[in-house]
Amino acid sequence: MPEFTSRRGLLFGTAAVSAGALLVGCTSNETKDDPAANDQPAADDKPGKAVTIGFAGPQADHGWLNAINQNAKSRAERYEDVTLEITEGSNDTAQQIGQIETLINKKVDVLVVLPADGKALTQVGLKAMRAGIPVVNLDRIFNSPQAYRCWIGGDNYGMGLNAGHYIGEKLKDKGDARVIELAGLDNLELTKQRTQGFDDALKNYPNIKKVARQAAEFTVESGQAKMAQLLQAQSDFDALWNHDDDQGVGALRAIEQAGRDDFLMVGGAGALSAFQAIKKDDGVLKATVLYPPTMAASAIDLARALGQGKGVGGLAEFEIPSSLTLYSAVVDKDNVDQYMATGFK
Amino acid sequence: MTQPVSPPRDSIDKAPAASGPPAWRTMLFRADVRTLSLLGVLAALILIGGVTKPDEFLDTRNLQLVLTQASVIGVVTVGMTFVITSGGIDLSVGAIVALASVWATTVATQEYGFVGILFTAVIVGVGCGLVNGLLIAYGGMVPFIATLAMLASARGLALQITDGSTQVVTVDAILDLGERDAYVLGIPPLVLVFALVTIIGWLVLNRTTFGRRTVAVGGNAEAARLAGIDVRRQRLYLYLLSGLCCGIAAFLLIVLSGSGQNTNGNLYELDAIAAAIIGGTLLSGGRGTITGSVLGVLIFTTITNIFALNNLQSDVQQIAKGAIIVAAVLVQRRTASTT
Repeated sequence: MPEFTSRRGLLFGTAAVSAGALLVGCTSNETKDDPAANDQPAADDKPGKAVTIGFAGPQADHGWLNAINQNAKSRAERYEDVTLEITEGSNDTAQQIGQIETLINKKVDVLVVLPADGKALTQVGLKAMRAGIPVVNLDRIFNSPQAYRCWIGGDNYGMGLNAGHYIGEKLKDKGDARVIELAGLDNLELTKQRTQGFDDALKNYPNIKKVARQAAEFTVESGQAKMAQLLQAQSDFDALWNHDDDQGVGALRAIEQAGRDDFLMVGGAGALSAFQAIKKDDGVLKATVLYPPTMAASAIDLARALGQGKGVGGLAEFEIPSSLTLYSAVVDKDNVDQYMATGFK
Repeated sequence: MTQPVSPPRDSIDKAPAASGPPAWRTMLFRADVRTLSLLGVLAALILIGGVTKPDEFLDTRNLQLVLTQASVIGVVTVGMTFVITSGGIDLSVGAIVALASVWATTVATQEYGFVGILFTAVIVGVGCGLVNGLLIAYGGMVPFIATLAMLASARGLALQITDGSTQVVTVDAILDLGERDAYVLGIPPLVLVFALVTIIGWLVLNRTTFGRRTVAVGGNAEAARLAGIDVRRQRLYLYLLSGLCCGIAAFLLIVLSGSGQNTNGNLYELDAIAAAIIGGTLLSGGRGTITGSVLGVLIFTTITNIFALNNLQSDVQQIAKGAIIVAAVLVQRRTASTT
């Protein structure tokens, strides 16, 4: 993992260069100084048949999405037999459909798609599959299982569940404990799933009551504004679950400005700043529930395995599985060092 | 509906009283009715807040909070009021706030500390305003299109600078300004800046030649030109002013949130236009009121505050916000037509 860190540093350092590379879809001819060959890929590392992978993702206007792109690119670079055709990220459904159709026309061997909206992009996923191009559906899921060969993504419900259990265990001996929730964008399906998981977990702890919930917008600004209001509304509570570490930067600022430290906070996603705060342990943030951007690197591994007709190392199956749900691990002071290198900025 | 008021040609550069006592008195009275109806809406909201959450709402800290949260968008709205009064529109304010905030919080700038960040934010804001102004005044572009182009490119540039990541501020002098220790007589510094911008904005619009020219250009640009006003230069200055306000707002947002992010200032353009419109500024130009705009901002911020205190969800908040815009405008139309 330390090698991975230095590689990330390099990548972030040359962000402008990468952006240029992204535009021209050129990734394969960069210097191969790859020291990260010893962490475990999904399929085996031995060079095989040359595979061209088309990658279409949403606009990286958020730390996590940027990390997704970086993970996909750096993983593809380490395979000599992989060529990555990357399209410019877009949040516009029509534009993303057009980009995927271009990749289909270019006859890439495998497609990796992180749709801005899974439901809206189902048709183009079907089109690719019918054209004989296997699709690895990353994270936001298509409506029909026919539209992808393999799905890999995070577990939003599991994030809520694990955050709820972590808080539940911390407060289980406290009578009449009060918990509040700072949710993400309310018009996203994933926000509802995170809240549902959280509520379900809290049902195991009858002494705990969720007294307030406000939705922010995954941005620092909204996190600060909504948290400031929540703190004013709730003069006394024991724990806070915040769905997203980016808006958490704003939430922590509001908490600091209000001079409050009488509760514990659990974040979500796994940003570097959150890991650093957890490690330092001088504030309310005690843990964060992962939604790992490394899933993009794994998606590249799966796409390569699909292109080369390989299975997954460590499993008895000859084929790769049809779906892989990542675990939403809780990172706290005890295990934060292990995850530090995966933290995104 | 009242008609846009275009001052007589010979009176544009003179005091408003010169346009004759009866008309002047009617204008003042109308303005008062408008302000009063807005104050009425605000009072009703305060009553609702006080009844539903007496302990949390009627609390000094809450007052500080509401005013602080109104500050950033409030400063933007003052600039927007000038632009709309002149018959223009600035759709790029939110994007300029985003660009100014991320540029001012890049690591290189943070090395120069407080002053570096402040100046960068203001210069970027003014620079964007300059581009808008030149395109509109001398390039002959429609304000809607020019500022729409600025919206797109400033957001894109902000995204490129940050690469999607959040720029956390490490300059203590900036962070301290947002802390409770920095309050002057219980007033947060952000609110003081907002108040100062409001007062200066009011004075400039109502008591200076620049203000009268702005109203004249918005009322009838051709008449203003014939009256000897350099309409193009006036328009350039107005977009510069809006950009300046965005730069100041970006700095306030950096102090408030302790960071710069490319998503900053999201939908500010709509909030600022809505606040100016319910405040009584005519979208077609020729009439503008800083007091009304600021009351509009306070009404929106108070609604958000009351909703959050009562733990209402965002869908309900949005519906109610829309309803209040409609109600406020309808009330104004009624009061305006009966006078």
